[in-house]
Amino acid sequence: MEYAIEMLNIYKDFPGIRANDDVTIRVKKGEIHALLGENGAGKSTLMSILFGLYQPTSGIIKVNEKEVKIDNPNIANDLGIGMVHQHFKLVDCFSVTENIILGREDLTKLKTVDLKKSSIKIKELSERYGLSVDPNSKIQDITVGMQQRVEILKMLYRNADILIFDEPTAVLTPQEIIELMDIMRELCKEGKTILLITHKLKEIKSVADRCTVLRRGKVIKTVDVKTTSEKEMAELMVGREVDFNVEKPEAKVGEVVLEVKDLTVKSLRGTTAVNNLSLNVSKGEILGIAGIDGNGQSELIYAITGLMKSTSGNIFVNGVDITKFDVRKRYESGLGHVPEDRHKHGLVLDFKLKENFIIHGYNTESFSKNGILKFQEIDKYAKRLIEEFDVRSGEGLETITRSMSGGNQQKAIIAREIDRSPDLLIVVQPTRGLDVGAIEYIHKRIVEERNKGKAVLLVSFELDEILGLSDRIAVIYNGEITGVLDADKTNEKELGLLMAGSKIEGVTNE
Amino acid sequence: MNKKNEKILVPLVAIFIGILVGCIMLLLSGKSISALFVGLIKGLVGFDFYKPQLGINLRYPGEFLVSAMPILLTGLAIGFAYRCGMFNIGAEGQVIMGSLASCMLAILVPMPFSAVFCLIAGAIFGALWAFIPGFLKCKFNISEVVTGIMLNYTAMYGANYFLRNLPGSNPQRTVDIPQNAKLQTEFLANISQNSRLHWGFIVVIIALIVYWFIIEKTSFGYSLRATGFNKEGARYAGIKVDRSIIYSIMISGALAGLAGAIIVQGTFGYGRIMVAQDNYGFDGIAVALVGASNAIGILFSGMLFALLKVSQPILQINGIPKEIGEIISSSIVFFVALQYAIKIVLAKFTKKDSGGAK
Repeated sequence: MEYAIEMLNIYKDFPGIRANDDVTIRVKKGEIHALLGENGAGKSTLMSILFGLYQPTSGIIKVNEKEVKIDNPNIANDLGIGMVHQHFKLVDCFSVTENIILGREDLTKLKTVDLKKSSIKIKELSERYGLSVDPNSKIQDITVGMQQRVEILKMLYRNADILIFDEPTAVLTPQEIIELMDIMRELCKEGKTILLITHKLKEIKSVADRCTVLRRGKVIKTVDVKTTSEKEMAELMVGREVDFNVEKPEAKVGEVVLEVKDLTVKSLRGTTAVNNLSLNVSKGEILGIAGIDGNGQSELIYAITGLMKSTSGNIFVNGVDITKFDVRKRYESGLGHVPEDRHKHGLVLDFKLKENFIIHGYNTESFSKNGILKFQEIDKYAKRLIEEFDVRSGEGLETITRSMSGGNQQKAIIAREIDRSPDLLIVVQPTRGLDVGAIEYIHKRIVEERNKGKAVLLVSFELDEILGLSDRIAVIYNGEITGVLDADKTNEKELGLLMAGSKIEGVTNE
Repeated sequence: MNKKNEKILVPLVAIFIGILVGCIMLLLSGKSISALFVGLIKGLVGFDFYKPQLGINLRYPGEFLVSAMPILLTGLAIGFAYRCGMFNIGAEGQVIMGSLASCMLAILVPMPFSAVFCLIAGAIFGALWAFIPGFLKCKFNISEVVTGIMLNYTAMYGANYFLRNLPGSNPQRTVDIPQNAKLQTEFLANISQNSRLHWGFIVVIIALIVYWFIIEKTSFGYSLRATGFNKEGARYAGIKVDRSIIYSIMISGALAGLAGAIIVQGTFGYGRIMVAQDNYGFDGIAVALVGASNAIGILFSGMLFALLKVSQPILQINGIPKEIGEIISSSIVFFVALQYAIKIVLAKFTKKDSGGAK
């Protein structure tokens, strides 16, 4: 069997840490090879070496059986290696075509950019691989899933034969994930080789042929995916037994905490995002909102938390109508909010960790007196949260938040919100992009809040998460609740149908 | 490299390169480099290495401080707004409005403790003038840069109209303001060999301390910084972002207005009818940029820019074109703006060090 890529005995040292320790990985031509490992296991370092962003301390790289030296990404490109980054590198106000040809423009006789010719070429490519991308639409107008396909097209346009996908599903909806898997299979059929970096076992199971597991910079094992169970792979990755099921005692449901009544919210574009929606969450239960991204979840949460105005309807917390309250007053009425986007909303990334902990309470008695911050109290509080919630960072409470890992940033937000002990905890996409260890921990804390008798409203695009945590599940479609189900009496299939709204099943919602 | 060190190191490197550029220009034009440094030292402490027998002439440090005061205040003004994510390019106009208010009050309303009231009037007018772009930004999302620049001209021509119509004004200037509105005193003139040194430096010192205190120590400063770093994050947290923005630009305007007031009450002692803007607002941008918008940084960068400005006539006497001063200050701004490049180079150096240590 011929190998497309061989990375042999790769070592990579950073000051104080060995990121890759004698890593050997062989990728066969035409296979989908998964690279599995927790955050910080050395996956990204390894791929950066392959892509020419880093130089290995020692080791050999072979591409198509020939030894090569990859000094920079251009060489990687010339060797036919392309990468779809986790965060897309696209210009929002450019068209698909303009983005794809950027840096490799075809020119007309007058030395202007020949968009027409390129867009025809792109259309052909898109059809050949079943990507159905419109080369003339602008990036800002298309869905995240489509944007990812543009990234894929970008590689294909540059004649890449070896495609690296870095955590490609982190930003996708369940449906888009299924479509991406199909695309990947299609690419393989056409003779491309795929390296898939991920920590989602399900995806590996569904699409990959072989899987190399990394842990703390070392290769633990390369396994055949067909004959290895998810549980086995997870244990190889984490190094201990993993329990996917969250322990949950019987719910002790109390009185209603959140009541949303006939709520209508307009999106920023002016369309009706939430339509006459009603729901309620009671003490001691987790209500999960299942739905495909873009069906009004964000607007619903923004309206409840005060970041967006509602056009009609009412929101009650503990019987108090908070519809007209400003954000601060809503928090004071008993709301806690772990937001969907931890960088945009959840944290001020350039603040120190301790400053982020007091973002709601900085001008309350606990942290300031006569308008002057009480630094000792703030430090004490930050120390306690860091310890209690095991938030890890380089310089403790003084760490600039931006430099922390995603998992620890999220833990910091969870710590802050849970510690305020709100009657209603709103949690949106709490584990997006996190590794198994962090997910386990965060799920445990959420269930603990429920057990303490708090009401929890959970929004997630991951059905597993919804099914695993919720007591009741409300399915949202097109801004309306299409059904409320008991979590233990339903299954993925039923939810999937409700989420898709049978009319548009199988079609992306653009 | 440590982040904190980097923050200090980058402007220092930029300043060093800026001066280096100035020296290269001198070399290329066949002038003496030592004359540059002799001139700068004379501008700073009043000691002339070419004429050591004269000793120290305190007039020079006096004049240096006079020119540093408004620049420091506008530096603080720009820095304050910047910490809240606003670019107060309208500081120039706020300086002019501060001058106008202080001058009119001094001439039209004689009263005891006039100096203090005139300073307050200057600050208030600066703040009100800054309220306009702040309000337009929050209410209609109109860029404060555009409104700020336009209001600079409105302020200048408007102020000229009022000043010209004050009793006793001629086409260039108003009458002298009353003695008790002035910040200059005989005492200060005596100790500084008749420089124009005035009590404005106390205003500047207070402003520096208040600036540092508000930004670093108060919950209000905390909310401003949160807004400046991440507006959406601040909104999520329940901070009233619009209010933060308007307050911050008004405080910024007050600082600029104070600069205007001390120019009238201290430096000149009368109101000037201007043909062109003084550019104190724009100097402030450079000062805040090089000083990384923190109080101590602004103190040092403000003094540096003032020194380069005030030394120009001395340089000329020493046979150095006065434009060298401007070349140096603009090079410094240029290299601070290029800080990413500097960071990359610095990172390479430190990397080599750690490599050598192995």
